Amino acid sequence: MTLMDLPGCERDIRAVAIGGSAGASGVLREILAGLTRAFPAPIAVVQHLHPDDRGLLVENLGRAMRIPVVEVQDKMPARPGQVHVAPADYHMMVERDGAFALSVDDPVQWSRPSLDVFFLSAAKVWRSGLLAIVLSGANEDGAAGLRAVRLRGGMAVVQDPATARFPKMPLAAMTQAGLGGGMSPGQIAVLLERLERRGRSGRSG
Amino acid sequence: MSDGVLDIEGIEINLLLEAIFQRYGYDFRDYARASVERRLAQFLADSGCGTFSEVTARVLREPQFFHQVVPYFSISVTSLFRDPFIYLALREKVVPLLRTWPHFKVWHAGCATGEEVYSMAIMLREEGIFERARLYATDISQPALETGKTGIYPLDILKKGSAAYQKAGGRGSLSDHYHARYEAAVMDAAFARQITFARHNLAMDKSFGEMQMIVCRNVLIYFNQDLQNLVLQLFLESLDHGGFLCLGDKETLTFSSVADSFVAVDEKARIYKKRVRR
Ligand SMILES: C[S@@+](CC[C@H](N)C(=O)[O-])C[C@H]1O[C@@H](n2cnc3c(N)ncnc32)[C@H](O)[C@@H]1O
Repeated sequence: MTLMDLPGCERDIRAVAIGGSAGASGVLREILAGLTRAFPAPIAVVQHLHPDDRGLLVENLGRAMRIPVVEVQDKMPARPGQVHVAPADYHMMVERDGAFALSVDDPVQWSRPSLDVFFLSAAKVWRSGLLAIVLSGANEDGAAGLRAVRLRGGMAVVQDPATARFPKMPLAAMTQAGLGGGMSPGQIAVLLERLERRGRSGRSG
Repeated sequence: MSDGVLDIEGIEINLLLEAIFQRYGYDFRDYARASVERRLAQFLADSGCGTFSEVTARVLREPQFFHQVVPYFSISVTSLFRDPFIYLALREKVVPLLRTWPHFKVWHAGCATGEEVYSMAIMLREEGIFERARLYATDISQPALETGKTGIYPLDILKKGSAAYQKAGGRGSLSDHYHARYEAAVMDAAFARQITFARHNLAMDKSFGEMQMIVCRNVLIYFNQDLQNLVLQLFLESLDHGGFLCLGDKETLTFSSVADSFVAVDEKARIYKKRVRR
């Protein structure tokens, strides 16, 4: 699949949800590196972390990125031009008013936060305005969620399994969401940068 | 699946929550919606019902069926010395002030099965002020409270708790505070004299009396902002001047209506102090 064939690239993206597990944190850095606070939509990141991780991912990302990166607290509003990272050991969801909600309910797919949990709630709130991306990982979390995103008209993308250090997660997501292929980290970066440019020209024009 | 169908499900959930409230007086209408939808979806799958309308019909007519739904609203996930570092902050910044009171009361609102209360009791005992404390442990879940009251836990809970106890600044060994029997552990009976377990619904019930400290961790995340504000207002009214409020690790007063009534004692540990008004 080339970038030009990307379905829905012309539609309005109201939010971006990115999920990853083993082998994804480097990819995250790569795909977010080109973005700034001018990015026209909120970005939410659900990355499987060690339960004792106390904001390390946020710190590392924050230092390396131009776009602001924050760790989500309960009821924090989703803001455009900002990356919101789910805290370790909590499930993250989003409410219809666009504020994040957390829970300590049991892990899903052995994971907390779980991609499935976030994608399902995000699909309900942002519907066709959601772009959801599944990156490298060694389990199947995110597959059911990505399917829900597509069912509600959202745009679903997976990291090309051939480029993933752990292909199981993007592969499962690709299959369950019924996608024909994936994108390399470089292509995902370009897609996001294009969304930012389009948002900018949209605002000035 | 079209958006229309999804809206129907939203309406069905509203009606179910309304039915529960009108029929049984349990008010879940202002619980955080995303969590409610997740848990009810789980219940729907477990119940064998096809739609939420079917659930509502049965809930209205079958109290037994209703009692199967309730546990889905009070999932009591907890542990001993959860977020150990907060106990370090409590020892350093709160205990010195508690010492200045001849007697003090602590309210654990949403105490689940009691681990949080025993953790506090152990810490206070090690600081030498447990005898002056009265701990009130409340929750909406009766089964959870029963567990707390017995003070009996499976040994693996204590094993996991032991590592957390050390990180929480424990002075000795966690086993100084319980007795192991086969596969279970019983918390030291001396704790029971100072701890009262009681049922209390934060969404409906009134104040629990004047407190020097209120601990409410990982409960407010299950409420929407309106209900959070109401409960925080209740806490504000229940706190003595200069009293302490402890929230969960990712809970903050920032987005609430009472933010100005408290000052942070330790923002990272989510420990706040009620402002003294002139
Ligand atoms: C996740 S547990 C938190 C336990 C403990 N505070 C901790 O942080 O480890 C949430 C608890 O809140 C209780 N709860 C839910 N709704 C409540 C209400 N309206 N009033 C009182 N407790 C409630 C649940 O029954 C459950 O035990």
